[in-house]
Amino acid sequence: MRSLIDILSLTTEEIDELIAVAEDIIANPVKYRDKCRYKKLATLFFEPSTRTRLSFEAAMYELGGQVLGFSEANSSSAAKGESVADTARTVSCYADIIAMRHPKEGAPLVASMAASVPIINAGDGGHNHPTQTLTDLLTIKREKGRLNNLTIGFCGDLKFGRTVHSLIEAMSRYTGIKVVLISPYELQLPGYLKKETLDAKGIEYKETTDLSAVMPELDILYMTRVQRERFFNEEDYLRLKDSYILTPEKLVDAKEDLAILHPLPRVNEIHTSVDADPRACYFRQVLNGKFIRMALILKLLEVE
Amino acid sequence: MHIDSIKNGVVIDHIKAGKSMEIYNHLELDKLDCTVAIIKNVSSKKMGRKDIIKVDSEMEVDLDVLGYIDPDITVNIIKNEVLCEKKKLTLPNQIKDVVKCKNPRCITTTEQDLPHIFKLTNAETKTYRCIYCESKAK
Repeated sequence: MRSLIDILSLTTEEIDELIAVAEDIIANPVKYRDKCRYKKLATLFFEPSTRTRLSFEAAMYELGGQVLGFSEANSSSAAKGESVADTARTVSCYADIIAMRHPKEGAPLVASMAASVPIINAGDGGHNHPTQTLTDLLTIKREKGRLNNLTIGFCGDLKFGRTVHSLIEAMSRYTGIKVVLISPYELQLPGYLKKETLDAKGIEYKETTDLSAVMPELDILYMTRVQRERFFNEEDYLRLKDSYILTPEKLVDAKEDLAILHPLPRVNEIHTSVDADPRACYFRQVLNGKFIRMALILKLLEVE
Repeated sequence: MHIDSIKNGVVIDHIKAGKSMEIYNHLELDKLDCTVAIIKNVSSKKMGRKDIIKVDSEMEVDLDVLGYIDPDITVNIIKNEVLCEKKKLTLPNQIKDVVKCKNPRCITTTEQDLPHIFKLTNAETKTYRCIYCESKAK
């Protein structure tokens, strides 16, 4: 029995397999519609998330399975003071697999140590969000046809953005990757990631505050939201939230085949006029999120 | 100053000067009923000054704790007043309930019963990270 807590616990071969299954699901959806018949997914969301929860639920329904769960801590036994481990043990009795989001870092790992069914980390605070990373990888693969030899620009909140951290860690395992880090000084990528991931893996990278200046180099532009909930004070959030906004004008010098990704939801960091640009992939990315979660559920449930 | 040699017990030697109380607390030597000597600022050819702890009773020493605090410490097991074993320390791969995670966002801050476990992630820099949130041990 296996869980998915951290993207790096999957080998690149396993990621390739998941991507291959997701692509097969996209090509042959009918083949998969009863694969999880009589199986149940529990979605335990201790903090609200529309997108991730609905994506998991849609994934399970499309596999013919069923879904139960809660979408905020107040409506769970956590409000009565139950531990994460006890909740996981209990829900293991009702469901075949659990997707858990929790505001505290490490909660899904604690759940996986106690549960008797696989746990999928659906986001633990600012720490890990492996299914978002799988979504990003599938999107890159589908848009660019490869996961190597790419120059990827990460723009916005690189300090608190867990999706950025995980994607950098995941991409650093492929060859020919160059990273461009675009952010205000206050929201730069943490030093340990530069040292322990980029430097350690010999990944070429540069830091800049000027999005337009590096635009022509990029194969992928990964935009992020400056998240209110990751700040300790409101003042810093308000000062930095509009730092980098993508507009059609900024895309003038971009490559024809640039892929613009965003984990969503966006606030205003990508102007809606960019949406019509064929290089805007973020809504296709949402759809990919459902397909890769389907592939992951199949893998963890060991359904052939 | 004269301190009796011990008959059966443990001598923890080559402790960095000033670190002996930290070790005393981590090993919970206060809970022992036997004689325990903490000798501070002993002259040492190798270290200049060092601390030594002598425990006049056989006991299981948590080598992981000592290895984490300082792998250069030596542990001598004494039997019938003779040194019978010299234990070499290494950096442990994992430590449990030796240090607490300081990250306010870590699950250990709200779930008090969870053990605080840190894993060695870089032996060169002696970096340990919390298994739950991956914060560095401080």
